[in-house]
Amino acid sequence: MAGFFAKFKRGLAKTSRTIFSPIGGLFGSKKLDADALEELEESLYSADFGVETTEEILEEIQSAYRKNKDLRGQEAAAIGASVLKQVLAGSAGQLTAAETPPTVIVLLGVNGSGKTTTTAKLAHRLTKEGRSVLVAACDTFRAAAVEQLRTWCDRLSLDLIASQRGADSAAVAFDAMQAAKARGKEFLLIDTAGRLHNKSHLMDELAKIRRVLAKHAPSAPHHAWLVADGSLGSNTVEQARVFNEAFGLTGLVVTKLDGTSRGGALAGIYRELQIPVFFLGLGEGEEDLQPYDVDHYTQAVFGLGDD
Amino acid sequence: MFESLTDKLSHTFRNLRGKGKLTEENMADALKEVRTALLSADVHFRVARNFINEVKEKCVGQEVTKSVSPGQQVVKIINDELIQLLGGDSPEIPEKKPLRVMMVGLHGSGKTTSSAKMGRWLTANGYRPLLIACDVYRPAAIDQLEQLAAQESLGFYAERDHKKVAKIGKNALQYAKDNGYDALLFDTAGRLQIDKDLIEEVKDLRKTIIPDEVFLVADSALGQEAVNVAQHFHEAVDLTGIILTKLDGDARGGAALSMKAITGVPIRYAGIGEKPEDFERFHPDRMASRILGMGDVVSLVEKAQENIDQQEAEKMAEKMRKADFNLEDFLSQMQQVKKLGSMQSILSHLPGMGNVQIGDEENNKMKRTEAIVLSMTLQERRNPKLLNGSRRNRIAKGSGTKVSDVNQLLKQFTQMKKMMKAMRGGKGKKMMRAMQEKMGGGAGGLPKLPGMGG
Ligand SMILES: Nc1nc2c(ncn2[C@@H]2O[C@H](COP(=O)(O)OP(=O)(O)OP(=O)(O)O)[C@@H](O)[C@H]2O)c(=O)[nH]1
Ligand SMILES: Nc1nc2c(ncn2[C@@H]2O[C@H](COP(=O)(O)OP(=O)(O)OP(=O)(O)O)[C@@H](O)[C@H]2O)c(=O)[nH]1
Ligand SMILES: [Mg+2]
Ligand SMILES: [Mg+2]
Repeated sequence: MAGFFAKFKRGLAKTSRTIFSPIGGLFGSKKLDADALEELEESLYSADFGVETTEEILEEIQSAYRKNKDLRGQEAAAIGASVLKQVLAGSAGQLTAAETPPTVIVLLGVNGSGKTTTTAKLAHRLTKEGRSVLVAACDTFRAAAVEQLRTWCDRLSLDLIASQRGADSAAVAFDAMQAAKARGKEFLLIDTAGRLHNKSHLMDELAKIRRVLAKHAPSAPHHAWLVADGSLGSNTVEQARVFNEAFGLTGLVVTKLDGTSRGGALAGIYRELQIPVFFLGLGEGEEDLQPYDVDHYTQAVFGLGDD
Repeated sequence: MFESLTDKLSHTFRNLRGKGKLTEENMADALKEVRTALLSADVHFRVARNFINEVKEKCVGQEVTKSVSPGQQVVKIINDELIQLLGGDSPEIPEKKPLRVMMVGLHGSGKTTSSAKMGRWLTANGYRPLLIACDVYRPAAIDQLEQLAAQESLGFYAERDHKKVAKIGKNALQYAKDNGYDALLFDTAGRLQIDKDLIEEVKDLRKTIIPDEVFLVADSALGQEAVNVAQHFHEAVDLTGIILTKLDGDARGGAALSMKAITGVPIRYAGIGEKPEDFERFHPDRMASRILGMGDVVSLVEKAQENIDQQEAEKMAEKMRKADFNLEDFLSQMQQVKKLGSMQSILSHLPGMGNVQIGDEENNKMKRTEAIVLSMTLQERRNPKLLNGSRRNRIAKGSGTKVSDVNQLLKQFTQMKKMMKAMRGGKGKKMMRAMQEKMGGGAGGLPKLPGMGG
């Protein structure tokens, strides 16, 4: 995995797209004082971990500070990272292939979270790893959603099954499944329309897609990933809860972490629902998708170097 | 849910019953609850802290009155303070032609959709809008805007082979002039607030087109970074307003408070769905209750007070009790409900009800019912027994419905009356619920309201 970290950094430096900067600039070698602790609290909140995780981290650091008034910023950061690491232990997902191909991955999420872009990035990544991939455009609702995915597929030379705007999304999923089997594809990636989790009629449409897929292969879909916008706050946990109830989630992709957001909601989601994280989105380009790793993520949050 | 914060606060004030003053000490626990409520609604840490301090200042020294509990008293102060912070100076779009509006924001926040929504809205206000595609990056972004423009019969301008956004903007100004468009909407690409090159690009565009309005389009579910985002965009392009999108979701929306509090940029409009008509002026009062997790009960209650004639309502209740309720009463009741807005919008005010969908079918049913009653003579409405076959025929024709629709309505009306009689006998809640279901079943076209029975 060491190679991955190096690549991670190099790759990011090149595109000038880096994963968010560490919280606060206060984890230096200076001693902590009351002001610094308050700033620390603010920085922790600013990562969107939610009240629970934030308070847990704070308590650990404060109790260490009570014992040792000479506590330095770096040491506090290490304590914070280790609490977070505990919370996130086991949260990295492993992409496994189905016994009989195709392995079907459905990408779900609220409006504008990055599903279509992630579908393209993931298809690109799998193709580069030598896998054969078929992409299905099951967003038949939004204006130019099909054109968007088609543009990606043309650009990256990916196979696509698509229909027209207004067509039945489950019918597209059905056709795609058939095509994937006929063409002997190893992976089928299904892009779905954005939907807010509190709209029951839109959530019902997902159940239809699931039924159609299961007709072809009872075990399909093998993966159902929530694509979550990393710049959103606590509502992401609610999204995960409801999508999980309605469709059954097996994973999470957190996007838009190339900005200043830290996607802390993933901690809340893992805490409550034990849904693992597979990838992080770090930009708009096809290469800007990185596998998630607990150590790397926590180190990045607290500005600690990889070792 | 309205109760929940009030309850919590009441609990923290349990030792302060009907006497004494609010002090820093006896409010400490309560304010901690408020802080947690704000933080879990994604209000920025610093904004929450300042807010609490202000509330504290307002509260300290206040006498605890006998009529309300200290918890309610504090919630009221908080609610008022929030409304004031969220609202304040929120101007209308200037009445000016040509009008130039520019949308900026993070990726996927709803800029393109909001451009179309605003175009539709401006059309209704007497403009001839032109949508201008200034997103030269996202795959099919131009197609998306073009499809929306066609759908809403709005003008559309794009240069598919060019990447110089400021140049495209400049050409669009000329195009609008030549073709008689008087509202120009510039849709830009999503960008990170820290992306130097792309921020430079919107700055250039702004300089070239000199917009009257520059809107930051922001997702209402944004987290703590909302502040940073709003600040950077404001510095770069001098925002004149914020459009808060996806308010049809269930995010508490603390980001709205953070952005407004830190930048002072007013929140002007709200996106409340994916369709072009799902757009409205921003309501600070609704947002305040939402952030506090109180649903929108407050403004629904106010709206009801404003719109429903109290005497009329009492008269109606009396009639129901006596079961001398006729079709005319039925019509006026339906019209009262209509004054509150569409069923959907009423429901969306209620906590936990935002996800109940009222389809077009229900709305159409309601319209049909109204048309039928309106096609009756006054005498017929007062005495439905008069309605023989030929009269029913006439009514169906007059209302553009079928005789079977008229029959169905009358049948349900009769059942309703029967139930009212039974209720007078006093079988209570169960009957009430059954009646509601009946009404939901079709008579009034009023949909069933889950959780509202009894
Ligand atoms: N900076 C950044 N932008 C991203 C990332 N992922 C997606 N985007 C951008 O976010 C916007 C929305 O992405 P889409 O892939 O269209 O999102 P979606 O979930 O398919 O949207 P809907 O289908 O409309 O619900 C686009 O402008 C993307 O380029 C990311 O990791 N980083
Ligand atoms: N439910 C809901 N969806 C919305 C609203 N506004 C926009 N959307 C949806 O959010 C998604 C993104 O909207 P766009 O208008 O494409 O966003 P954008 O800011 O132009 O995205 P980029 O150009 O990629 O940065 C689409 O699926 C829209 O249908 C809203 O108020 N409510
Ligand atoms: Mg999409
Ligand atoms: Mg757009």
